[in-house]
Amino acid sequence: MNNATGIQRSDFAAIAEWVKPGKRVLDLGCGDGTLLNYLKQQRSIIGYGIEIDDARILACVRNGVNVIQGDLERGLSDFADNSFDYVILSQTLQAMKNSERIIKEMLRVGLEGIVTFPNFGYWKNRVQFARGHMPVSDNLPYQWFDTPNVHLCTIADFERFCRERGIRIVERKVLTNGATVSVWPNFLGSLAVYHFGS
Amino acid sequence: MEEARTTGPSTPFVTPQVARFNEPITLKCGAVLGQYELVYETYGTLNSERSNAVLVCHALNAAHHVAGVYAGDPDNVGWWDNMIGPGKPVDTDRFFVIGVNNLGGCHGSTGPKSINIATGRPWGAQFPVVTVEDWVNSQARLADRLGIRQFAAVMGGSLGAMQSLQWTISYPERLRHALVIACAPNLSAQNIAFNEIARQAIITDPDFHDGNYYEHGVTPRRGLRVARMVGHVTYLSDDEMADKFGRQLKHGRLSYSFDVEFQIESYLRYQADKFAEYFDANTYLRITKVLDYFDPAFECGGNLTLALAPAKASYLVISFTTDWRFSPERSREIVTALLDNRRDVTYAEIDAPHGHDAFLLDDERYHRLVAAYFERIAQETAHE
Repeated sequence: MNNATGIQRSDFAAIAEWVKPGKRVLDLGCGDGTLLNYLKQQRSIIGYGIEIDDARILACVRNGVNVIQGDLERGLSDFADNSFDYVILSQTLQAMKNSERIIKEMLRVGLEGIVTFPNFGYWKNRVQFARGHMPVSDNLPYQWFDTPNVHLCTIADFERFCRERGIRIVERKVLTNGATVSVWPNFLGSLAVYHFGS
Repeated sequence: MEEARTTGPSTPFVTPQVARFNEPITLKCGAVLGQYELVYETYGTLNSERSNAVLVCHALNAAHHVAGVYAGDPDNVGWWDNMIGPGKPVDTDRFFVIGVNNLGGCHGSTGPKSINIATGRPWGAQFPVVTVEDWVNSQARLADRLGIRQFAAVMGGSLGAMQSLQWTISYPERLRHALVIACAPNLSAQNIAFNEIARQAIITDPDFHDGNYYEHGVTPRRGLRVARMVGHVTYLSDDEMADKFGRQLKHGRLSYSFDVEFQIESYLRYQADKFAEYFDANTYLRITKVLDYFDPAFECGGNLTLALAPAKASYLVISFTTDWRFSPERSREIVTALLDNRRDVTYAEIDAPHGHDAFLLDDERYHRLVAAYFERIAQETAHE
């Protein structure tokens, strides 16, 4: 479910930094398998993707990526507990109907989870909203009427969510245009990347 | 012993060949066949490394005639001709494809209607009950004969897929890829029930003569017809039947009799008649048993993950959404067991309306996927 356009690939590098070599990785909504191929090259991982879309399944086969067709909204019931080292949800959390359940499922199937999402608290979004419009940007390329994004959140929202559920944040990286943001991340960061465990 | 041919034209004209085996084969049921023949066809050319061979396993009522046509018989097109041939998803310009009629069959390989040289009469009821494992073992001997140490891929749909799955367990070193299409890791009680209805129809036909009908000059045609009707219904989806036939009447009005009233009845009778013309009842009985017995997890306490532990192949598993005979859930059981074993696996669920038979039909998404997968196999094969 990676956005075909407007995707910020800079989160891939952040993810690759965290993933240890040779580990088992499950990429939820793996699109055409670009991230898995990147991790295979950079980190020699054993990777599998889950994808719902026929055309993207075909693209994965063409790219030599293991992919399982399935609907993330139905959970990960085909996957055993702790069967992966990392479960990744890249730029898909905000489009899930049941965001809470998928995070729980990630931590059931994987030892650790990695999630990336557009930070709704980014100042450009706030400016557009202050002017009375729903934000449209590179990370949020949709209009209000055609957006698949139903659960947008800010960095502050996500961290509260984790705190309240006892989810341990291992590492965080906040990016804008590919560069790391270290001050006022919830204001200056457009993309959030989290590495978490139970 | 006939010298096996390892090259063939990639033109549509094909010729069946016979491989005769004089080394006894012990079957799973304990019986030993002292000698036997397998009829097979090949398409394309085996490369000098012998690394581009693909074995195609057939399902219930098909055989070795997988693709192309015979010279002078343009209407007898191979059963998977839409999938296999020059420029097709399994491209015979690049792959050397083998189709084989399985042991116990009725299309030329040794089976119940063959002459048992010990008695000089057809085997009939004496022909042993075979299994998927037996078929795979006999196919491996054919591979030996053709000088193929390792297949690029073994593929099949339905019962054919069970053979390709079994290949990865029985001979993990002898194939690189398995295509497991419209498969199940074993038959459900409902599946077995349908098979039992089919068998009872045949066995209780007065012309069956305990399986020795050949010497009475008859065939249990009525039983075979009913068996085929039951089977055929399970291969189609409710929606497909509704679309194709609905409640259409054969003669435009009801006649309040037991003659054909609805189009679906006419269709079933036609299919049944056609089938009873060419298929052997003893073979049908045995093939339904092959299906019933298939259960690789059985000897591992029902644990499919354990059963697939020896496997080394990479897999493409495909199911069809409207297949209620071998539903997508059953394919996902296979996928889960492969994931548990850390095998390379891709799984696709094709949204097709045609039920179990979808694996034989020309569906663009399905064929593109198989084509892309074989492209990958071809690239690997070239890099070796």
